[in-house]
Amino acid sequence: MSVFNPLKQDRGGQIFLAVLLLAMVLVPAFNLMLPEASPFHVSTYTVTLLGKYLAFALLAVAVDLAWGYLGILSLGHGAFFALGGYAMGMYLMRQIGERGVYGNPLLPDFMVFLNWDSLPWFWYGFDMFWFALLMVMLAPGLLAFVFGWFAFRSRVTGVYLSIITQALTYALMLAFFRNEMGFGGNNGLTDFKDIIGFNLQEDGTRIALFVATALMLGLGYIACRAIVVSRLGRVAVAIRDAEDRTRFVGYRVEYVKLAIFTFSAVLAGIAGALYVPQVGIINPGEFSPLNSIEIVIWVAVGGRATLYGAAAGAIMVNYGKSYFTAALPEVWLFALGALFVLVTLFLPKGVIGLLNRKRVET
Amino acid sequence: MSTTNSRFKTSLLGAATAVALSAASIANAADTIKVGILHSLSGTMAISETTLKDTMLMLIEEQNKKGGLLGKQLEPVVVDPASNWPLFAEKARELLSQHKVAAIFGNWTSVSRKSVLPVVEELNGLLFYPVQYEGEESSKNVFYTGAAPNQQAIPAVDYLMNEIGVKRWVLAGTDYVYPRTTNKILEAYLKAKGVGDKDIMINYTPFGHSDWQSIVSEIKKFGSTGVKTAVVSTINGDANVPFYKELGNQGLSAEDIPVVAFSVGEEELSGIDTKPLVGHLAAWNYFMSVDAEPNSEFISAWKSFIKNDKRVTNDPMEAHYIGFNMWVKAVEKAGTTDSDAVQEAIIGVAVPNLTGGLSAMMPNHHITKPVLIGEIQDDGQFVVVWQTSGLVAGDAWSDYLPGSKDIISDWRAPLSCGNYNVKTAKCSGQNYE
Amino acid sequence: MIRFFQWMLLISLIVTSSLVNAVAANQDDTLEIAVALLQSKSFNEKVKAIEVLETNGGEQAKILLNALLDNRVFYIKKDKRLVVGGSQDKEYSVSDALTGEALGTLHRGQLQKITLNNKMRRQIRSALAVMNLRNPDAEKRLAAVNQMLDRPEEEQAQLLEPLLAQERNDRVRDAMQIVIALSNLSSDKPEQRMNAVTALEGNIHPAVRNGLSRLQRETRDPAAVKKIAQVLETIDHKLRLYSLLENLFFGLSLGSVLVLAAIGLAITFGVMGVINMAHGELIMIGAYTTYVIQLLMPEHIGVSVLIAIPAAFIVSGAVGIAIERGVIRFLYGRSLETLLATFGISLILQQTVRSIFSPLNRSVETPAWMSGSWEINSALSLTLNRLYIIAFALLVFAMLYLVLKKTSLGLQVRAVSQNRSMARAMGVRSQWVDAMTFGLGSGIAGVAGVALSQLTNVGPNLGQSYIIDSFMVVVFGGVGNLWGTLVSGLSLGVANKFLEPWSGAVLAKILVLVFIILFIQKRPRGLFPQKGRAAEG
Repeated sequence: MSVFNPLKQDRGGQIFLAVLLLAMVLVPAFNLMLPEASPFHVSTYTVTLLGKYLAFALLAVAVDLAWGYLGILSLGHGAFFALGGYAMGMYLMRQIGERGVYGNPLLPDFMVFLNWDSLPWFWYGFDMFWFALLMVMLAPGLLAFVFGWFAFRSRVTGVYLSIITQALTYALMLAFFRNEMGFGGNNGLTDFKDIIGFNLQEDGTRIALFVATALMLGLGYIACRAIVVSRLGRVAVAIRDAEDRTRFVGYRVEYVKLAIFTFSAVLAGIAGALYVPQVGIINPGEFSPLNSIEIVIWVAVGGRATLYGAAAGAIMVNYGKSYFTAALPEVWLFALGALFVLVTLFLPKGVIGLLNRKRVET
Repeated sequence: MSTTNSRFKTSLLGAATAVALSAASIANAADTIKVGILHSLSGTMAISETTLKDTMLMLIEEQNKKGGLLGKQLEPVVVDPASNWPLFAEKARELLSQHKVAAIFGNWTSVSRKSVLPVVEELNGLLFYPVQYEGEESSKNVFYTGAAPNQQAIPAVDYLMNEIGVKRWVLAGTDYVYPRTTNKILEAYLKAKGVGDKDIMINYTPFGHSDWQSIVSEIKKFGSTGVKTAVVSTINGDANVPFYKELGNQGLSAEDIPVVAFSVGEEELSGIDTKPLVGHLAAWNYFMSVDAEPNSEFISAWKSFIKNDKRVTNDPMEAHYIGFNMWVKAVEKAGTTDSDAVQEAIIGVAVPNLTGGLSAMMPNHHITKPVLIGEIQDDGQFVVVWQTSGLVAGDAWSDYLPGSKDIISDWRAPLSCGNYNVKTAKCSGQNYE
Repeated sequence: MIRFFQWMLLISLIVTSSLVNAVAANQDDTLEIAVALLQSKSFNEKVKAIEVLETNGGEQAKILLNALLDNRVFYIKKDKRLVVGGSQDKEYSVSDALTGEALGTLHRGQLQKITLNNKMRRQIRSALAVMNLRNPDAEKRLAAVNQMLDRPEEEQAQLLEPLLAQERNDRVRDAMQIVIALSNLSSDKPEQRMNAVTALEGNIHPAVRNGLSRLQRETRDPAAVKKIAQVLETIDHKLRLYSLLENLFFGLSLGSVLVLAAIGLAITFGVMGVINMAHGELIMIGAYTTYVIQLLMPEHIGVSVLIAIPAAFIVSGAVGIAIERGVIRFLYGRSLETLLATFGISLILQQTVRSIFSPLNRSVETPAWMSGSWEINSALSLTLNRLYIIAFALLVFAMLYLVLKKTSLGLQVRAVSQNRSMARAMGVRSQWVDAMTFGLGSGIAGVAGVALSQLTNVGPNLGQSYIIDSFMVVVFGGVGNLWGTLVSGLSLGVANKFLEPWSGAVLAKILVLVFIILFIQKRPRGLFPQKGRAAEG
């Protein structure tokens, strides 16, 4: 099958996809079929947690595509993630309908509360799932396209690019914090009820969301891998390693960058859309520049320019976070900080690089 | 756990390791009653919430010394939601579904409560929320032990209007839901009292705003018309210090333009050079300086628990004190920690508060409290200059907002509804089977 | 009503000296009554005590009122005796409130402070103002008159008129005349009113403006209305000008904070190319150093800030050198990765501070010489702490500039940043230079922390709030150019402040950010790009 062609040379990816597939089958099975008393039982709490990790993994894959293969260290991918999340959140808000606190059939609670009497124009259409899905991809995609169009054409590169992506997400954060923006201000969007008719609080829905996230992660991975092994991907690597030379050879560097950057942003948006129904809230905090830096760090911990490494890094760091915040709340920031320092110093290729090196040695 | 078991898990890579976490926590149960503590210990909110975690630990320790609850020891389960709102929801779920806690004491910000709310309702848990908040909410599973707007903001404005003779108002707040609602209620209230539009100035600033020069200068101009002016501040946390410093430096003293704050308490003052603040006001339901028997006991217990003679107590700590004692009493009354039974038993339970009275849990899950107005002294304490003559019952739905004045909340049968619209006779939004 | 009688009493006191003797006999009695009332728990009783003291008007009453205002009046817990405390410390040297007789020193715990509320403070101030009208010190008299201007009350003018004739000091006379003119605005005689309007022409005190606007609303005569409107217009014109100046000052002050926060980064990031995400935490360390220094010398708050400057430089600089030697030196040439490592360091530093100092904010006192404002006129006053910080920012900038341009260290730093291998070939110890440069940048960050401790919270999150702004300033100004940082910091500050009244604080900040993003597209290397081959590296 042609879909799997890009995976031929990619052993790590094969293992990754196999594990993902296994999780996709086993986790729901263990949750639904085993009794709660069984040691193998996977609680719904864990399912949702895993779903969240996988959404982060997809986000990390998107960042790795831009950073690992194109050399663009985006400190603003959190913005694309959050935009996708907001698009999904808006759909979920519209689904609440009359079940809101104030019982207004059209306006979400926070608008009633701000004395708005009609729906702002940008909320139209979000009652339709297909439209929301479209916006999940379009909103971050468009932002990335416009931003990239300007930035890449005027040859803003390296550190400068990183810093203005950071400015971008920071400005968006401040904007979304404003209540006048019409996105719920600091509280964001929350108290969701159901998605395409299924109650979000039911185990079945949660499992479906988990499976959907795993599926999207798999597809996203394959798509990224396909790009990487294509001609486009090879030009991207050339740009990463020697931008000027690639330009002199005759490639339109800015178009290549624009295409991959935009695709990566869309992928981040999808990750955000999968994340929101599982955690049940989206608020401007997701735009915070620190979040975006953290995403980059997942990639670095896992191992950049491998894609599966990024996914693994996201899962590992977030699992560590979940574990430490429960077990050792006072030291987890120390642990996290030390991890970042040690990884950049001693594992420039991340944990995956370490594993690969071991394999080569033996 | 067997070794084959764990070997299997490593094959699932990091993903499945979370299962171990869940399985391990089920192991020890039954011999203790678990109490969840959901306060941020890191991140931006740690500054306020860490103290509440310690307060809860102290209260639990004291209860255990008294023989625990229903013959069992209480066991605190502390988690750190790290000032991250989605993480609050996740941790609440962890507390309820993994640790099976009997009740959760936690949250500070409104957004964190909103994030936790669906989880607590879904899993039918109990959440005691100890901070003053904007109202407009009454959940079956949440008990609001902090002040609702009518227990803090409205009495404060009454005091300024009647005792000080304020005629011009600046409503300054941080741009989030609590100040927005409070200011909306106050605006409606002031207008109902005949204050004109031109005598009200409303200003919102972002979180952590640090450059107050322009705004203070604007307030100064607004207040220089020869009519008594006051600032009602719902400015949150970190933004307060630079605000008061700027007020002092630009020469606005409390005698000219007093600032009454709803988010500045003893703990916040302990991190501020209080000289420029002397004479400014705060409205709370508790002050450390209140001269009452239970209060001095609480203060000395707190100081010895935290092993620091300099630590102060504040209003949210009192709210936890009240909330915890109410829960204990309700559990004793119900004879079980079962959520439904406790929800039923707790309504009407009255326990001593720290200012020398009794606070009772109302059917709308809010409590009765006295309202005190205090002036800041140079030692970081408050002197009570005014207080309500009796206790004020918390009102979940403000009478001054058009959207909510027809809504009432009563969790007793037969109504059992948190937002019942008396006009349409419908219970909106909350459908519990 | 009671108040009216007091005024009457006072006026008669001042006018008819014969009465003074009669009351003097009673002075001790009234003092005793006041002292008794002050010990009451009720504020209403205490308010009465002040009224009694006011009518008493004697020297001891004045001492007592002043002491009350300074929070120095106590009663001894043991025998309920009211005393006035001396120095503010654990041990108070106290004197009897009634007689002024010294009673030795007492411990803080033996005393109970008499608390005040705003109403009482206001009352005391106006009482003291009235008493000070006859003070031999002209400055005190002036302050008393100005106080009356700031808080206009009814019978003031009658109080002043007899004094005006005796007044010798011109400034005090002018001030008195304004107060009298102001009260004449509400005179019954139209002619007197219009004379007052003319007398007040060009005065921009808010009370004057309020009085004139009120008169304008009440006047019917068209000629008079026109005259008042004209006077008001000149006042408003002046006010607009001053508010423009004030806004400029606000902008420069915000800008100087940005410059201070960013200038250390201009060294580490601009000259060395290290993206130091822990820069904010180095600022935080500087602020905490200020706090610790204040703890060490609680008696000398005024000096402690000055000592904190070199101390913060050394502490932050040392931490900076440790970071450079421990982590960053392994990462030269991988500048994006220094970002990740230093971000980790910033988390560690924050948590360290939380563990040592608790997550609570720490209170750093503002020394007396930095608080208050420099009042140019009643419409324009510049806050002192901001003025000092502007000056300080310029001073730091100048020193840094001199270090880089005039010292051999500066020469070596520039050499290494332009061409590392060539510099090494010329015998520059590049490793040592790296460490020193990073230490210098970090030390400057610490110094910025001292300044920020005077403006904002000293807490673990202090650094985070400045890091992004700092990067923006450096990038906008042009990496590797100190002048660029200065110009960009100040201009961003001013732009922000001029946008703010029009758009609100948040939107102003967003607009500035969007502007920077667009500007970088146009000129990717900032306002003052580095020229030459080194810039391409």
